[in-house]
Amino acid sequence: MAFKPKIVGFLCNWCSYAGADLAGVSRIQYPPNIRIIRLMCSGRVEPFFVFEALKQGIDGIIIMGCHPGECHYMSGNYEAEIKFNFIKKMLNFINLSDRITLKWVSASEGIRFAKVVTEFTEFIKTLGKSPIQKSKNNSDLIFSLTAMQQSMNNYRMRVLMGRKRKITEQKNVYGEKVSIDEFEELENKAIIDEYNRERISLILKKHPLSVKNLASSLDLDEKSVLDYIVWLRSKGIVDVDKIQGLTPYYISIQED
Amino acid sequence: MEFEPKILGFLCNWCSYAGADLAGVSRIQYPPNLRVIRVMCSGRVDPVFVLDALMKGLDGVLVLGCHLGDCHYIDGNYEAESKYRALEMLLENINLNDRINLDWVSASEGMRFADLVDEFTEKIKSLGPSPISSSTKDLKLLDELQAIKRVFSNSRIRSLIGRERKITLLENTYGETIDFEKFNKILKDALDSEFYRSQIYLSLLKKSASVKDISQEINIDKTLVFKNLLMLRQRGLADVAGVDGLDPIYKAL
Amino acid sequence: MSEKIGSVMIVGGGIAGTQAALDLSESGYKVYIIESSGSIGGVMAQLDKTFPTNDCSMCILSPKLVQAGRHQNIEIITMAKITGLEGKAGNFKVDILKKSRFIDEEKCTGCGICAQECPIEAIDVFNEDLSISKAISVKFPQAVPLYYSINKEKCIGCGICQGVCKVKAINYTEEDHEINLNVGSILLAQGFDEFDPTVLKPYGYGKHPNVVTSIEFERILSASGPYSGMVLRPSDGTIPEKVAFLQCIGSRDCHHGKEYCSSVCCMYTAKEAVIAKEHQQQVNPTIFTMDIRAYGKDFDKYIERAQEEYGVRYIRSRIPSIEENPVDHDLILTYESEKGEIISETFNMVVLAVGINPPSTSKELSSNLGIELNEYGFCQTRPFSPTQTTKDGIFVCGAFSEPKDIPESVVQASAAASHVNALLSSVRNTEITKKEYPEEQDVSGEDPRVGVFICHCGINIGGVVNVPEVVEYTKTLPNVAYAESNLYTCSADTQISIKEKIIEHNLNRVVVASCTPRTHEPLFRETVKEAGLNQYLFQMTNIRDQCSWVHMHQPEEATEKAKDLVKMAIFRVQKNRPLQELDLEITPNVLVIGGGVSGLNAALNLAQQGHSIYLVEKDEKLGGFARNIHKTIEGYDVQNYLNKLIERVKKHNKITIFKNTNIKNLAGYLGNFKTTVINEANNETQELEHGVIIVATGAVENRKNEYNLEENSNIITQSELELMLQNKKDIKKKQRIVMIQCVGSRNEEHPYCSRICCSEAIKNALSIKALNSDCEVVVLYRDMRTYGFKESFYRKAREKGVIFLTYNKIDNVKVNDKNRNMIVTVKTRFGENFIIESDLVVLSTGLISPEGTERLSKMLKVPLNDDNFFLEAHVKLRPVDFATEGIFLCGTARAPATIEESISQGRAAAARAMTILAKDVIHSEGVTSSVDEELCTGCRICIRLCPYNAIERNELGVAVIREALCKGCGLCAASCPEKAIIVKHFEKDQILAELTAFGGEYIGV
Repeated sequence: MAFKPKIVGFLCNWCSYAGADLAGVSRIQYPPNIRIIRLMCSGRVEPFFVFEALKQGIDGIIIMGCHPGECHYMSGNYEAEIKFNFIKKMLNFINLSDRITLKWVSASEGIRFAKVVTEFTEFIKTLGKSPIQKSKNNSDLIFSLTAMQQSMNNYRMRVLMGRKRKITEQKNVYGEKVSIDEFEELENKAIIDEYNRERISLILKKHPLSVKNLASSLDLDEKSVLDYIVWLRSKGIVDVDKIQGLTPYYISIQED
Repeated sequence: MEFEPKILGFLCNWCSYAGADLAGVSRIQYPPNLRVIRVMCSGRVDPVFVLDALMKGLDGVLVLGCHLGDCHYIDGNYEAESKYRALEMLLENINLNDRINLDWVSASEGMRFADLVDEFTEKIKSLGPSPISSSTKDLKLLDELQAIKRVFSNSRIRSLIGRERKITLLENTYGETIDFEKFNKILKDALDSEFYRSQIYLSLLKKSASVKDISQEINIDKTLVFKNLLMLRQRGLADVAGVDGLDPIYKAL
Repeated sequence: MSEKIGSVMIVGGGIAGTQAALDLSESGYKVYIIESSGSIGGVMAQLDKTFPTNDCSMCILSPKLVQAGRHQNIEIITMAKITGLEGKAGNFKVDILKKSRFIDEEKCTGCGICAQECPIEAIDVFNEDLSISKAISVKFPQAVPLYYSINKEKCIGCGICQGVCKVKAINYTEEDHEINLNVGSILLAQGFDEFDPTVLKPYGYGKHPNVVTSIEFERILSASGPYSGMVLRPSDGTIPEKVAFLQCIGSRDCHHGKEYCSSVCCMYTAKEAVIAKEHQQQVNPTIFTMDIRAYGKDFDKYIERAQEEYGVRYIRSRIPSIEENPVDHDLILTYESEKGEIISETFNMVVLAVGINPPSTSKELSSNLGIELNEYGFCQTRPFSPTQTTKDGIFVCGAFSEPKDIPESVVQASAAASHVNALLSSVRNTEITKKEYPEEQDVSGEDPRVGVFICHCGINIGGVVNVPEVVEYTKTLPNVAYAESNLYTCSADTQISIKEKIIEHNLNRVVVASCTPRTHEPLFRETVKEAGLNQYLFQMTNIRDQCSWVHMHQPEEATEKAKDLVKMAIFRVQKNRPLQELDLEITPNVLVIGGGVSGLNAALNLAQQGHSIYLVEKDEKLGGFARNIHKTIEGYDVQNYLNKLIERVKKHNKITIFKNTNIKNLAGYLGNFKTTVINEANNETQELEHGVIIVATGAVENRKNEYNLEENSNIITQSELELMLQNKKDIKKKQRIVMIQCVGSRNEEHPYCSRICCSEAIKNALSIKALNSDCEVVVLYRDMRTYGFKESFYRKAREKGVIFLTYNKIDNVKVNDKNRNMIVTVKTRFGENFIIESDLVVLSTGLISPEGTERLSKMLKVPLNDDNFFLEAHVKLRPVDFATEGIFLCGTARAPATIEESISQGRAAAARAMTILAKDVIHSEGVTSSVDEELCTGCRICIRLCPYNAIERNELGVAVIREALCKGCGLCAASCPEKAIIVKHFEKDQILAELTAFGGEYIGV
């Protein structure tokens, strides 16, 4: 049987949803795989939703907003773009970043809407089924996605996303403007760190592990793992469970 | 072998059946082709019964009631007359109207009864066997009878016939009487259009077809077929099944 | 007796009457709609689609009808007419005769059993005799109000309906009766009658079955029409491969007393051709026309699409007669091609584009009311006041005063309402009652009981999606207590049945699966509210625009998609919470941007109602583009009118005028705007507070150096010619003047028609002829677009000897101005070449939007169209509104328009603004954000992100939302690091519920 991808679209009410309506009024045909969730603004799309969708086995996710400069809420789509890029960077770690896309469609672009949906659907078809769906043996992937979902939802990442435009385009608290490169260096590091910390804390919820164990199962070097453990301990997220021989075993002490 | 028609008679209990009995008591002889079904009143004779009889291949149907004004049930025979007239109108379309007859016989008219049966039997003999029962069974005619039967089962037609006397003789709901001619025209139009619709519907039940096909099949003008198809569609009895070139193909539902 | 009465009577319940009723009822007046037929909606309800957007007519009209039908302060009196009038403006006594329906309107539920059982088949008026309805009938399934009525002429009085009527609504003894009403003003909106082409014998209408009128064809196209939307011909029900449309049937026809142009036929024909092709690929449409009058906003683009995308063939010819082949009922047309050959062509069907006639009842009405009619039998209006009749206190709108399309009618409806506003503002709110909703049910703690209503939308959805299957599927979903399908879920009867079902099945959540929530959600929310549920316990999903219409060839997949979408809505609605709306106070002042004709009219009208107006004009003078125009084509003195208007505005103590002034900054929202204006002469700024904004920034002449306009003083524009005409001597010397139309209009840079240039050219040509009849005037044109009554001046010009030559492309018109006598060469549409010596060349250069339009649009956050004119909220039904509440649009800032049209638009914008200003408070949306103070750390991220400055920190250092400012975009909620903000109605678990319904199972972290 032909592969019928499951695609979710998060559409803003004012431009892209209206554009989708216009495609309808103009009877422009496109593949029937997409299911649209209407939001007031593309800026409402939290990374949490996207990771959740991927975990549920959705094959492709498309976020649509007004064209830059045309947002009904003035700047919501810029915020959407920032969040989108964060998500994309994280998904790069597990080769899933192709499965999400962000597009601008105005209320008068019914044809463009249909084209964007058609192209994305075709593209997802070439990628094939989501790896979550493809095999039952997907717990590693779910684990990674959960770590991403969790980390992108944490305070630090949300602050970075929420402040990026202000700090890079206007001024920070010192009245200085941080260059975009400078900020992104910080951002990239934060993405890796928060992802790894979350993975460690998640894995330690299940059973105690040593730095060595962690390094091998998460494919990290031991030095980094130790740094993360130190940080997580300082935040009261993990602690030493036991010491076997010379090796301390750590466990998560975070309550759900 | 000489043709011996099969004739069915619907006789009301109080006048005509008694009249037939009187003919017997008086030993008045008449042809033996008649088989009688006794009903309490000639008004009970649903056109559907007559149609069933014709469809079974009977050669003639005779309906007899009390004389007008003498009905045991006051005006049942008037109702019989309304029904009969409507039936006659449609049977005329297929040339079967001569094979039915309605008449009045009182309980004291044994002689008249015998005469009526005699005359009707002779008439049917001269017409020959019913086209349904003959060896070249007329299937098209059977279809048409089937269509007419549907017409008389239709509530629209039944309610029109049922109100005929009230509306044309007494007064309608506005306290007015409708001219008999006007009513007759409305009734005739209704009968004809329902006949077309029944024919179209029955034809579609056999197989889905275009307006052109139906028009050929039942020999009705295309415009009329189309108009009445729309009504069937509106009633949820037919729908477009597809398009063949420029012709929509309709199916029965 | 002389006291004013705060109520209004509107005669005619078409789109114009309905719009006026809504405007006035929202402005504090009691409204009576007197409708001659059984229900409101008029001609628009009969249309399949509307140009130029191909919006489904019923879809956009139905919500308005429903709104009018359910409005507390609108009383609809159907099957009624005016028989007498006494009194004067402000206090009229009107006698009305209401014809009997023989059905008690109080009791009839519109269930339709009576019609089902009626044995008498009568003709179906709504479907233009193409199908059959009963002696007892309703006009159309979505009729408002939905009462059946008995056609006494057909009825034989059998009494069956009385027997079957469950509510005992049938009353055969009901008699026509008189109603007397006391109203302050009367507004006439009877619309029009279609021209009856049976009088044009050579066309054989009524004789040849396959010759139909455009309105009959419109019903043929309609999904709810006799052929369920298939394009078929009446003679045999086949698909007509070749369909000919004949223009100007009963228009531009002096022989039958229909000299005027009906204004709408060119466009509706193009639309019918396009839609026919869309419905039935096999159809090839051909349109026979003299001119293509696509003079409105985005009309030319539509014609172009019709030709290029849909292959619609245009032939410039007027067909005199139709021959029929009696065997197959095909039709033979004979015409002259552009090359001059005589061609006979066979068509399978012919559509006659019938014109607009005054309503047949207009004479009787005019004598009953004491108003005058014009020479064509339409309502006479006053110069520079196109919505005023000749009698004070009686106003007119829509096609009853002149043929016009839907948006023009809607504009006039609001403009007429503005007159009523000015007349009756002292007695506003005296006759009305407030809408009472049943007490809101407390559903907290109850298990969800979801009711699901799935729409067939005629065949729009049901033709693709298997609706019954979706209903069955829906019934299997958890917590679904009830599910059904409706032919039209938006119809008035369905609203009643939804309410009944809510009560009957004790529903506490409602889902509607139909079209787009962008247009229909308010309607259903209202219904839910009327049933005592909080309106936010409702969820809508779009299985038409985003499903059936876009997957037409994949019915199975579309059905699967519809199931998913309905499931998603059902899951979500269970997470919805009841929300309360906020009252918003209104600053009663008005900012009018632009001091041209439309801005001045808007300002004056609102000032007359006691509102303070800030009138901002960037120029040093008021008057705008009208300062260049000396008289109208009818001969009315524009300068005299303008000066008087400016005088009145200047003298009005409620109007503050800011000249040389621009908008510097604009903040705030509906009801509470703060605008900084800057005087460009002295750089002084001032801050203004106001509740609404009217944008009337106008247009300017498109002056480009074409045909050496800037270099050669004998090449001028039409407005320069108009100035020259004031100095008679100059004209007396001229021997031949050539006018070139469409210079800089309808080209690649400005693809739109500037609407006014054809009339301007004819006006000036007639003036030239009046001053110097020896001067030859040649007009080179593409299509002569003298719509409406202006057509008579086109005829007059030809009679006076003005020569008209039509060309195809502007490249075919060349001017050699090397010598004193210029040589104009033109290649006409018919291939002939003319060389014309001329001592004056006049260019019709059209209108463009002024500089600064883009800047203003950004500040106002309202859109522009491709041609840089402001884009209204809806091209058909909200022509002077912006999508953003509290901002309105009028005049040539919207699109090119005549002075009278600009006046109407200015007044219309004022009336629309009044629907807000008339209230002390209005209700804001319930979709806003809120902060959990326990979680907020005061990081201020949200404050910086909020585009509306709707968040501030309180004395405790935590964020609080100013709900009146919040638009519910959810940016703050999506970004709050502490997840302390929720955006109501778009909460995380609500969005996740939708996602999970599709994805399978919620996993979470």
